[in-house]
Amino acid sequence: MSERYDVVVVGAGHNGLICASLLGKAGKKVLVIEANDQVGGAAVTREFADGYSVSSVAHLLYQLQREVQKDLRLKLDLATDGLGTVALSPEGNHVRLKGSEVSGVSKEDAAEYRNFCKRMMRFSDLLRTYLNKTPPRLAKDASRSDMLTLAQLGFDIRRLGKVEMREFLRLIGMNIRDEAVERFESALLRGAVCLDAVMGTHLGPRSPNTILTYLYRLAGTHGKISQPKGGMSSVTEALAHSARDNGVVIRTGMRVKRVIIDNGRAVGVETESGEVFSSRLVVSNADPKSTIMNLVGARNVETEFTHRIHHIRSKGNAAKIHLALDGLPVIEGVDKREFGDRFLIAPHDDYVERAFNHAKYGEASVKPVFEITFPSFRDASLAPTGKHVMSAIVQYVPYGLREGWSEKTRDAFQKLAIDTLADYMPDLHGRITAAELLTPKDIEDQFHISGGHWHHGELQFDQFLFTRPVGGAAQYAMPLDGLYLCGAGAHPGGGVSGAAGRNAARAILKAEKPV
Amino acid sequence: MTVQEVEQGRYRSPFYPRQAELDRLFQWHDWKGYATADGFYETDLEYFAIRNSTGVFDLTPMTKYRITGPDSFVFVDRLVTRDMSKIKPGRVAYAVWCDDEGQVIDDGTIFHLKDGEYRLCSQERHMAWLNMSSIGLDVTVVDETADVCGLAVQGPTSFSILKKMGLDGIENLRPFGLTHFEFQGAELMVSRTGFTGDLGYELWVSNEKAIDLWDALFAAGQNYGIMAIGTDALEHSRLEAGLIAAYIDFLPANATVRSGRSRSPLELGLEWLVDFKKPNFNGRCALAQEKRRGSTWRLVKLDIEGNKPAHHSYIYSNPRKKKEIGFITSAAWSPVCKQNIALGTVRVPHGAVGEKLLVEIYYQREMHWSRVMAEATVVDKPFWDPPRKRATPPGPF
Amino acid sequence: MKTYDAIVVGAGHNGLTNAAYLAKSGLNVLCLEKNDYIGGATVSRNLYKDWFYSNCSYVCSLLRPEIFRDLDLARHGLQVTPYGGGTVFMQNGDYLGNYPNAEVHYREYARFSKSDADAYERYSADTMRQCRFIRDFLLRTPPDPTSFRPKDLKELAHLGSKFFEMGEQRMYDTIRFWTMSVAEYLDEYFETDVIKAALSGSGIIGTALGIHSPGTAYVLLHHYMGDVDGNMGAWGYARGGMGSVAKAINSAFLSYGGELRTDAGVEQITVRNNKVTGVALTSGEEIKAPIVVSAMDVKRTFLKCMDKNDLDDDFYRRVKNFKIRGSSGKLNIALDGMPTFPALPKGSPLLDGDMHFIDSMERMERAYDDWKEGTWSKDPYVDMVIPTVCDPTMAPPGKHFMSCFVQYCPAQIEGRDWTDEERDQFGKTVIDQISEYSPDFKDLILHCEVRTPREIENEAGLTEGNIFHGELTMDQLMFNRPIPGYAQYRGPVGGLYMCGSSNHPGGGVMAAPGCNAAREILFDLRRPDITPVNFGDD
Repeated sequence: MSERYDVVVVGAGHNGLICASLLGKAGKKVLVIEANDQVGGAAVTREFADGYSVSSVAHLLYQLQREVQKDLRLKLDLATDGLGTVALSPEGNHVRLKGSEVSGVSKEDAAEYRNFCKRMMRFSDLLRTYLNKTPPRLAKDASRSDMLTLAQLGFDIRRLGKVEMREFLRLIGMNIRDEAVERFESALLRGAVCLDAVMGTHLGPRSPNTILTYLYRLAGTHGKISQPKGGMSSVTEALAHSARDNGVVIRTGMRVKRVIIDNGRAVGVETESGEVFSSRLVVSNADPKSTIMNLVGARNVETEFTHRIHHIRSKGNAAKIHLALDGLPVIEGVDKREFGDRFLIAPHDDYVERAFNHAKYGEASVKPVFEITFPSFRDASLAPTGKHVMSAIVQYVPYGLREGWSEKTRDAFQKLAIDTLADYMPDLHGRITAAELLTPKDIEDQFHISGGHWHHGELQFDQFLFTRPVGGAAQYAMPLDGLYLCGAGAHPGGGVSGAAGRNAARAILKAEKPV
Repeated sequence: MTVQEVEQGRYRSPFYPRQAELDRLFQWHDWKGYATADGFYETDLEYFAIRNSTGVFDLTPMTKYRITGPDSFVFVDRLVTRDMSKIKPGRVAYAVWCDDEGQVIDDGTIFHLKDGEYRLCSQERHMAWLNMSSIGLDVTVVDETADVCGLAVQGPTSFSILKKMGLDGIENLRPFGLTHFEFQGAELMVSRTGFTGDLGYELWVSNEKAIDLWDALFAAGQNYGIMAIGTDALEHSRLEAGLIAAYIDFLPANATVRSGRSRSPLELGLEWLVDFKKPNFNGRCALAQEKRRGSTWRLVKLDIEGNKPAHHSYIYSNPRKKKEIGFITSAAWSPVCKQNIALGTVRVPHGAVGEKLLVEIYYQREMHWSRVMAEATVVDKPFWDPPRKRATPPGPF
Repeated sequence: MKTYDAIVVGAGHNGLTNAAYLAKSGLNVLCLEKNDYIGGATVSRNLYKDWFYSNCSYVCSLLRPEIFRDLDLARHGLQVTPYGGGTVFMQNGDYLGNYPNAEVHYREYARFSKSDADAYERYSADTMRQCRFIRDFLLRTPPDPTSFRPKDLKELAHLGSKFFEMGEQRMYDTIRFWTMSVAEYLDEYFETDVIKAALSGSGIIGTALGIHSPGTAYVLLHHYMGDVDGNMGAWGYARGGMGSVAKAINSAFLSYGGELRTDAGVEQITVRNNKVTGVALTSGEEIKAPIVVSAMDVKRTFLKCMDKNDLDDDFYRRVKNFKIRGSSGKLNIALDGMPTFPALPKGSPLLDGDMHFIDSMERMERAYDDWKEGTWSKDPYVDMVIPTVCDPTMAPPGKHFMSCFVQYCPAQIEGRDWTDEERDQFGKTVIDQISEYSPDFKDLILHCEVRTPREIENEAGLTEGNIFHGELTMDQLMFNRPIPGYAQYRGPVGGLYMCGSSNHPGGGVMAAPGCNAAREILFDLRRPDITPVNFGDD
C-alpha cells in the first residue's frame, strides 16, 4: 500500500469537500479523490460552448446551511443574493414573487400568500433544525443522545403551540396542490408554488408528500435565492480551498474503483488505474447505491441491507438545458432589467400535474415545466460580451425513458423543450448559437450519480430522516466498519445545502473519538 | 390463449405408485403441496425400522435449489453462518441462514456438488430470500424441487442395502460426503446425510428414474428389513437425534409477525455453526452483538423423569417460581433410549447443562386429565448417538 | 313534547351502533333517519322484483368482531360467511387466480414467477405485522398530541410503546409503510405486473389517489385489517346482503329500548349558548335533547345541518377543506343466470370470488389520470362480486345479483354536475369491460342500477359519494381525523358528538367510530364504560 491517510473521501462534491474540510480541521489526515477533472461534483461551472459557461446541474443557491458557512468561515462571492421569481403567463400577465410578497394577483391572494409563507417559514425552520442533526435511531437500546434528539423533536413540535402544531401534523403529509388550491385563486401562483414543491422529484402536485419537499426547499435561506459569481464552481472551489487550508489533499481525475475491505473493515480505496490509498476510514460522497453496489459490493454487506439499498428510488426526472444566446430573448411583459430573475413555466397546477403524468409511464412530458435563469445577466464572466447563457431545469424527463435514451430521443426532447420555451420567448430560436441538454442519464454518466437524481434518492417520507438512505443506516455509518456516507443520499438529502457533509463529519468525529 | 389450470389437489411424488401399494393407513398430509404419508402400516414398527434395520422416507417435497455462477461460493458463504470455504466439492454442510438481525430463517443442507456448484435443500421454500440475497452477485438460483426426487435410506442396514444394490465404493463415503453413481444410465447422487441421527444415506435421482430406484432399493433390501416410513416415525427419530425442525422448534424469522418470536442460532444451540471469523455473513453484526450482550432464549434438550411425554408443557425453574421460564417444543418417549425426552426453549440464564427444571405435564388416561410436575435435567449430548453413525467404512449391520 | 337524553342523526351502521351503546347504557335515545329505510350505505334494497341489492357496501370484513359479539348481533340475525377466490382477467386471455388454498395460490403465482410466489409469504407476514399494529387502535380514541391531559398522555404512551415493541427495523418498515405508495410497496416484493396489479387494487378502493401516490400503502392496510372469524384479511358476505348488518344492529338498539324514526330528515342541529338543544326536522318538528350525535360525515353535519353562526370561522374553514372526494361508482345488476367466463376452466373455484379486469400497473394508474381530469375512468378498476353464488337469499334460485364497485368515478364531470346520459355512459363503460371477458353477460342483464357519486350522495347522504366519509390520507388519519383537535368524537359545541366514518378509524362497515364515540359520550356523562375492548393478540 502506497500512502496512508486517516480518511479517504470518495468524491469531491460539495458534501465531500465540506466533510473533508471539517475532518481536516479536526486534525485528520484526509485525502479526497474525485473522478472528474474539476472538483464540485454536480455543483460545477462548465464551459458548454466556446466562451459560454454555466452551472451544470445545480444552478441556484438557496439552501447552503449557515452552519457550514460558519464552521468553514466561507466567504461566498455572490452575483446576487435575492433573485425574484417570475411565473410566466402565456398571455404576458406574469406573476412576480419575492420573499413572501407576490404581485400580479388579487389582493386576497397576495395576503394569503403572505400567510402561507409565514407558516411555511415557521415549519421549515423547525425542519431545518433537524436537517442539521444526525437522525436518531429508533430502538429500545438507542443511545442517550438518540433519545434526547427524539424528545427534542417532540418538544420542538409541541413548542409550535396547539394551533400550529396541529397544522404542522396535518400539513406535513399533505400534497401541495390541495393547499395551493385552498388558498390561491391565481392559477399562475398555484403553478409556481406547485413547481417549487415538485422540482427534482418523482412527484406531481397532487402527490401527498409534496408539502415536505416544499418545506425542504425553504429550509435553508427561507427561500432567498442567490447566484454565486462565476457559477457553482466558485462555491465548490471555495470549499476546496478551505479543505486544502485544513490540510486536505485533493486528487482529481482519478476514479475510485472499489473500497478495499479487509476482514470486514473498509481500509482504503483502489482507483481505476490501480492506485491504492489506505486509510482508517472511507467516507463516500457517492450516492448510496453506487457506494454499496459498485464500490463496496453486495458480498461485503448483508442481504436485507443490500435489498433496501437496491430499492432506493433514485431515478431522476429533472434535466438541465443550457443555451448559448447571441442576446437576451424577448419575453412579452418582462422588462430587460428583470432578466436576472428566475422564470418559471408552470402556468397552472394542473399543467404541472399533467407534465408529471407522463413520467409515471416512462415518457417525457409533452408540455414540460421549467425553471429558467439567465446567469450571464448578472455575471458577465459566463458569456462573451453582449452574449448570454440560459440555464434551465426542465422536467419531467425520466431517467428510465421507456424507449431508452439515445441521440434520437435526446434530440427530440431538446427540440420540444426549446419549442416550449419559444412559446414564451418568440425570438428564441434565432438567438441560439449552441445548446446542451443533460438528461438524468447524462447526469448519471457525467457526474456518477445513480439515476441522475440530484437528491441521490427521492426525498419522500419513506426515504427521509430515520429511513434515509435506508432504515438502520441513517446515522452516516454504514453497516461495514470504517465506512461512512456523506452525500445527498444520506440525511437530509440533496440541494447545495452541505448539511449531509457537515453532519457526517460530526458523526465521524463523535464515533471515532478515543474512549 | 387457453390456460392450463394449476393443479388443484396435492401433488404426488414420483414414488407415489409404490407408496400407494404399501399404504394401509391412508393418512396423508401436506408438505409444500405434496401428499406425504404420516405412516404406512404402524408408526412404532416404522420407527424401529430406522433403529433396527432400514426405513425409507420420501424426500421429494424437500425444497431444492441449484446455485451456480461465478459468485456461487460468495453467495452461499454470505448466506449461511458457517464457513463454506471448508466445504469442498463432494461435501455436504448442515447450515442455518439468518436475516440481517441474526434471526434464523431456516436450516438445511448445502451440497457442494462440484466446484462452484451447490444445491441447497430445506424443508421450507426460500426462493424470495435467495433472490434477495443474489442482488449484486453474479449467481443463478434455480428451483429444482419438481425435477429431482429423493429417498432417505436410514438405519443400521442401510449401508448393506446400498452395497447390495451395487453401489461400489459406498463404503468409503464419510458422513456428510456425497458421491455420484451411474444408475441404469442415469446419474444417482448419494449423500451420507439424514434426519434420524443414525447410519443413513440420501439418494437423489431425476424423476423418471424414481420407480426404478425404488424397486432396485427394495429388491436389495428384501433381506435387510427395509421398510417405507412416514413422517411420524421420522419425527420420533429426529427428536432422539436432538435435531430441530422449522415450525416446531423454531419459526422462520421472515414468517413471524409478533416481535420476539424468532430465534437466533445462538438461541437454538447452533453456535457451533456460527463462524465469527468470517468477515461477512447475514446476521453477523447482530449475532456478534448478541454474543456480547447475551441471548434471551436458549434451546434445551431435556431428560424428563417418568414416562409421560411433555407435549406443549410449560417449563418452570426448580424450585418453582410463579412465572414459567419457557415451554416444550417437541416431546416424546424414546423407545430406543428408554427416556422421556424433549426439546424446549427457556429464558436465559436458565438452561445450563445439568440444571434441574420442572415441567408441567398434562396427560390423559381414559378421558381423565391429570397433571404432574416432573423434574427435567438439561443434557448436552443428543439423546441417541450410536458410533455406527460415524463409522467409515460402516459395519455390515 | 317528548324529550330524549340523546339524539343520533343517521341510521347507518355507525349511527345505530352508537345509539345501541347509548341505549344499552340506559339512556333514552332517539335515532333519526332521513330515508324510509335504515342502513345508510349498509343496505339491502329491493329495487327489482325479488332481488335484494347490497347497493352500496357489498362485502364485510372490517366489522369489529368485538362489537359483533358484544351487541349479540348473531342473535339479532346477522350471519357473515367468508368467501374465497378471486380472479384478474388478462388482456392476453390468461388470468391470475387468487385461490383460497395456500398451496394452490403458490402454484398459481409460480406460474408467473417462483420468486413472487415465494415472496407472497413475506409480503403477507409484513403486511400482517402492520395489521396487528393498527388493529390495536381501532377501538381506542386517538390521543390529542397537543394535550397534556393524563388521558391523552396515556394514550400517546400506549401508541409509543406499541410502536417501540415492534423492534428497530420493523419501526422503520412501519414508517415507510405508512407513507409510501402501494405501487412502490409492492415493487419491493414482486416482479410480475399482473400480480402487482391484483394486489394494488386494495390500495385505491374508495380513494382519490393513484397506486403511485404516497400514502396508498396504508389504504391497502385498511382493506386487510379486518377479519372473518379470526382469518385476518378475509372478506365475507352478510347473509341477506349488507342491510342485514344494519338490521341486526338496529334490532339490538331496539332491544335496549331505543327508538327509531325513519322518514325523519334533520334540517338543522339547533344550538343555544354554544350548546346543542336538539334538532329541527325537515318537517318543521323540533326535538329536544342535551346530546346530539351526528353519524353523517363532517361536511354534511357542519355545512348542511348547522348554522354557520354557531361555528367558529376557523373550524368552519377546516370543515370546508376536509377532503371527501367522490372517486367511486357502483353498478348493481340483476342477472338471469350465471355469466360464463371462458378464460376460466369450467367449475373453477375462482368463480366464487371477486373478479377484476385490470392486469397492469399502468392501466391502474391511467384509470386515476382520467379521474384527475374530471371524468370517469374509461378503463376502470372494477371489483366485481356475485354474492348469490354463496347467499341464496338475495335473488331467486338460479338467478344472480352482481355488484360492481368501480374506481374511479368523480363527483362531478369537469366541475359540473353529472347528466343522466353521462351516468348511463359510465354504466356502459363498466358493462363493456366485463363483456370483453364474458360474452353472455350482457344478455343476462335483467336490471341494472348505475350509481355515480351523485346518486350515492343523494340517497345515502355521503358527501360527494365518498365511501369512507373522507379520504384516508395521513392528514386525515388518527388524531388528524376528521380535523386536528376534534379527533375525539366531540364537536365544536357542547353536547355535540360525531360518530360517523369521518372519524377515527375511518370508513368501511367497521362500526368502530360509532362505538368509540359512545365511549366518549359515556365518559362525559360519567357513566360506566360499557363498550368492548380489543380481543387482543390476534
